Amino acid sequence: MGEVALHDISKRFTLRVGGDVQTVQALSRVSFTVRDGEIVSLIGPSGCGKTTALRIAMGLETASAGRVTVDGREVKGCGHDRGMVFQHAELLPWLTAMQNVMFGLEMKGMRGAELRDTATRYLDLVGLTESANRRPHQLSGGMKQRVGIARALAIDPKVLLMDEPFGALDAQTRETMQEELMQLHARTKKTILFVTHDLDEAVLIADRIMVMREGRIQEIMDVPLPRPRGDLGAQRGTSAFADTRYRVWQALHADGKASTGMLH
Amino acid sequence: MAEITERDTVRDAAPADAPIEDAAPRRGMPRWLITTLSVGLLLGVWEYFGANINPVFGSYPSAIAEAFVELARSGKLGAALIESLQPFLVGYGLAIVAGVPLGLVIGRFRTMEAALGIYVTAGYAMPLVALVPLLVLWLGLGFAVKAAVVFLMSLFPITINTWLGVTAVPKTLIEVGKSFVAPDSVILRRIVLPATLPYIMAGIRLAVGRAVVAMVIAEFFTTISGLGAIIINSANNFDTATMFVPIVVLMVLAIGLNSLIGLIERLVAPWQAEIAGRDD
Repeated sequence: MGEVALHDISKRFTLRVGGDVQTVQALSRVSFTVRDGEIVSLIGPSGCGKTTALRIAMGLETASAGRVTVDGREVKGCGHDRGMVFQHAELLPWLTAMQNVMFGLEMKGMRGAELRDTATRYLDLVGLTESANRRPHQLSGGMKQRVGIARALAIDPKVLLMDEPFGALDAQTRETMQEELMQLHARTKKTILFVTHDLDEAVLIADRIMVMREGRIQEIMDVPLPRPRGDLGAQRGTSAFADTRYRVWQALHADGKASTGMLH
Repeated sequence: MAEITERDTVRDAAPADAPIEDAAPRRGMPRWLITTLSVGLLLGVWEYFGANINPVFGSYPSAIAEAFVELARSGKLGAALIESLQPFLVGYGLAIVAGVPLGLVIGRFRTMEAALGIYVTAGYAMPLVALVPLLVLWLGLGFAVKAAVVFLMSLFPITINTWLGVTAVPKTLIEVGKSFVAPDSVILRRIVLPATLPYIMAGIRLAVGRAVVAMVIAEFFTTISGLGAIIINSANNFDTATMFVPIVVLMVLAIGLNSLIGLIERLVAPWQAEIAGRDD
């Protein structure tokens, strides 16, 4: 099982702008559930609160109100039941790829041969066996993020939380990574909450899309593409993809006015 | 290179810039040659103009070199150096041992920063020379007071740099630790400490200079001893050339220590030089 849910989550920030204090309502009573084995993408313009929602789900930020549950049990703070993949991978630069994967496992209390074996297995899974002893600066952007994914997957979390993980990659690498993520998902059946601002990406990888605007869930849509998705390039040519993409686009541009980012 | 099967290129190619750049020969003069030329030029100019000055008011390289040989032959220089180095190394070593953890803790924990930061900032500006008489009353005139003066002068730059380094650690790296439920102590030791190492090493380097000055101050104002004694005695005899010998020795010592620290830095934090692209 692996189900993560936000219940009535609100988040207020206070900002000091010049002399006065402004309150920004980043999230207003956001509720949603990511079901077991499902991939949900959270999409919206910058400042819509999608990253904040993800960080609250992870426990890196606390909500002003509301609860987060994993498999129905309320969680406070971070836990090994959730694995985080950061926007820029955020590998520890002084550790090799292998040691970076081992770091998360060590924090879970794993030691000795099991530690090495597990880390090796997950590096294999993301195709980095050959580069296990490289340090992050010796890896390309895509390879770094593969290590980031391996590090998060290795602790065998119930839910994988991904914060615009491919946003910083070039277009070709991004497409490769999306396909690899689909293969990883087919093999591991992990529940994934995936934050993105890329419309195509949201549709291609997700089972459901939540469109966020100004701290609210604007609309939730099913993606009628089959699983396994296989060749994502071919999926792009289907009418189901085009229709869904257009519906999401409409939701993002509802009521005509261009949305303005208020907080990144 | 770019048009081989796209998937494979993307998958396992190293970042294109790193290895290729290394293969290219570096242009221009090697660093050591530039340094040697610079020092040679300075000594030449000094020799040329210095030789015409009254030897009481100044000196010049060849006269200092002669005085150096004489001091070294008589065994005085070696003995003084050993005498000076003992409190220097003890004080400086203790400053590293105490200063780094202190800076880490102040930088990492708000309460500690609020409670102790102010003393560190103030301590850095403390007019230590003025306090030496007091230290003498507490610790006597011997080894202990000298080590204490060196310690107090070198502690603060190390602590302040470490502290600054901690506050410069990217928040996201700490969040990596948090997301894997690492306890505070583990975050401090395995994330904050390595991420701060370049700053710590910079602090340790800056402290070399202050420690050398502190050592001489201590030798002037407590029992006159070591290299400081040679400076004072030769100054009193208007033997300016001899006076310059310990000064030059101390500066060379500082340069040597600095390179040693640089070497250690590359040993304990090799990734830093690699990331910055420094290769010498």
